[in-house]
Amino acid sequence: MFAVAAGAILVAIGLALIHAFRGPTLYDRILAVNMFGTKTVLLIAVLGFLGGRPDFLDIALVYALINFISVVAVLRFFEYSRFRFITVPPGIPRNDTADE
Amino acid sequence: MSNWIDLLSWLLLMAGSFFGISGGVGMLRFPDFYTRMHAAGVTDTLCAVLILLGLMLQAGWGLVLIKLFLILALLLLTSPTATHALGRAAFHSRLQPLLDTREKLASKS
Repeated sequence: MFAVAAGAILVAIGLALIHAFRGPTLYDRILAVNMFGTKTVLLIAVLGFLGGRPDFLDIALVYALINFISVVAVLRFFEYSRFRFITVPPGIPRNDTADE
Repeated sequence: MSNWIDLLSWLLLMAGSFFGISGGVGMLRFPDFYTRMHAAGVTDTLCAVLILLGLMLQAGWGLVLIKLFLILALLLLTSPTATHALGRAAFHSRLQPLLDTREKLASKS
């Protein structure tokens, strides 16, 4: 039962990694990394139950905190960035006429 | 009684796994960043809630249950916040949503 759930979470992590490598804009990558982090928290919790050692839940709790803080920090760094060729690469529709 | 709790826990874990995989597939298949954010964000929260509830049913009364509840509360607070911040940052960096352009094209021609 726990093994099936862990396998499904691993499949979801693999899909998130594919999107993180492929995604055209920077925000697609951040979205994939955020999902990766949430799935990792769940994976650590399920693996603790799978091995019969629920002590791993402390690590899952800390990982959830670190994941949220890192995502918000990266977003604050890139929110008003001037490096538009990094955040939204050429070829993606962009609203350049809007006010700064 | 214990069999029913096991069955309910199994159902919750399987539903959570289904939503996790469907969120990953939706993130790869949807056409636009904002729709991808919808697929990933919504199913991410639901998957976490269902899997953690399934684990709670297995844990029984004790410290493990409290830790699982803390993780659940933390994920319920932070996951929508992170998705909201992501959408706002993308909108501020002028990433344009994919719009339905058929009406504009019809009026132009």
